[in-house]
Amino acid sequence: MKTFNVSNVSLTYPGLYTDQAIIALKGVNLEIKSGDFVVALGASGCGKTTLLNLMAGFMAPTDGDITLGGQQVIGPSADRGVVFQKHALLPWLNVIDNTEFGLKLQGVNRQTRREIATKNLALVGLQEFHRHMIYHLSGGMQQRVGIARALTCDPAMLLMDEPMAALDALTRETIQELLLKVWQLTSKMFFFITHSVEEALFLGSRLIVMSPRPGRITHTYELDFNRRFLEEGNARAIKSSRDFIDMREQILGIIYGDERQSDNPELLNV
Amino acid sequence: MFDLVSKAKPVRPGKIYGAPGDGMSSHISLITALLIFALWLLVTEMGWVKPLFLPSPLAVWDKFMVAMTEGVSNSTLTQHTLASLSRVLGAFLLALVSAVPVGILMGVNRIMRGLFDPIIEFYRPLPPLAYLPLIIIWLGIGEFPKVFLIYLAIFAPMAIAARAGVRSVSTEQIHAAYAMGATRTQVISQVILKAAMPEIFTGMRIGIGVGWTTLVAAEMVAAHRGLGFMVLNAAEYLASDTVIMGIIVIGIFAFAFDLLLRYLEKILIPWKGKV
Repeated sequence: MKTFNVSNVSLTYPGLYTDQAIIALKGVNLEIKSGDFVVALGASGCGKTTLLNLMAGFMAPTDGDITLGGQQVIGPSADRGVVFQKHALLPWLNVIDNTEFGLKLQGVNRQTRREIATKNLALVGLQEFHRHMIYHLSGGMQQRVGIARALTCDPAMLLMDEPMAALDALTRETIQELLLKVWQLTSKMFFFITHSVEEALFLGSRLIVMSPRPGRITHTYELDFNRRFLEEGNARAIKSSRDFIDMREQILGIIYGDERQSDNPELLNV
Repeated sequence: MFDLVSKAKPVRPGKIYGAPGDGMSSHISLITALLIFALWLLVTEMGWVKPLFLPSPLAVWDKFMVAMTEGVSNSTLTQHTLASLSRVLGAFLLALVSAVPVGILMGVNRIMRGLFDPIIEFYRPLPPLAYLPLIIIWLGIGEFPKVFLIYLAIFAPMAIAARAGVRSVSTEQIHAAYAMGATRTQVISQVILKAAMPEIFTGMRIGIGVGWTTLVAAEMVAAHRGLGFMVLNAAEYLASDTVIMGIIVIGIFAFAFDLLLRYLEKILIPWKGKV
């Protein structure tokens, strides 16, 4: 049982047009255990993506520590898989080659990596498409390949940066349900960024709401809508239930407050 | 005529309205070529232009047959062609194995970029004829300096294309590879190099074209065989039929190589333009 720890992390960088430094993140604390599904939500500019980049090791914090299982995170590695907003698949490889790409990099023999990749493609429902080229797939299928690819390296943690932002509503719902099933099967740590409050509430076992200037976590909620879905199996019933809607309005209120504040420069220094 | 170009036509079923340059053009190109040929035949056969300035297509064809059998400038046309082909292709292959790695390294490493950038950018716009004397003084008059001159001309556009190709990889693709446990070498060889392939192919097409244009310069000094030499030699005797025949042969080979590269591009880089 591994633990991922973000303790007191800040990221500051020099401003482009002013002498004043820009504080992208300030004093962020976050603990994720195996089997946690953490969703980050917030107005644009609140540092969600920056936080994910720090967790993945694509950026280094100016202050604070990030550890996985007690080990300092100093760069990207195969124990933290990433799914991007744009699929970031390799167009010269077909679906199965893309899926097993990580194992090939690690020098796993062909037969083993085929087996693992095939299993993960089946998990995301794409076993029929293993010979297809990436550019012949729809956006939703490409994103599913992205998830299968990340799973194939068997990371302790899956980091997802708005993977469904460019997908249509129907595909989104299908992939949300798929993600929860994968989560239930693998008991990995999930960290998921989204703009959609409904998506956040439905997916997360914990929801963190972030606010901009400086980027920080302002609210944390423990949720169980995802477990209810896995038990009952009816996503629409959960999403239209009373407590789901109340929660959604409450969180929308917080985020709209932030949006108004960042749109109005006079309020910035408050 | 101008109306044809300036007015958008009503859209046909299944086509997109207003797409620029829509439709087939190869039949028009064929007509253009035939018209030029017919015009050439007309003005020469009617005797409107002296054969010294423009020999008739028939005279050029006769010269071609003579060159194929008896030969001109001490060699048959096949020998001239083989000599030139080996120079251009040799230079092209040398450039391929050196310019592409240099271009990729320039794209991924600031030291390599700093090192090669001034060299390439300085000599690239120079006409090969300007530095031909230096190459002869340094390398002599054998076969190598001829290949080397063509090589230099091909190297710059190929290296620049490979360097530009490095930019076609997205940061996400690189990040994804690192997050799957890739080393830096693997990222360069398995991600960046592959992503740069479309641009590298464009560089190859430009490069081989530049190679053919440099051929005549390369065969100016102390060549005794080659298409460029054949043309230059014929020019000294004002044999314009041989000159035109040589030009057409060079043109046909250059075009054939471009077609071959385009074909290879289609097979090897099916994802081009689809991402």
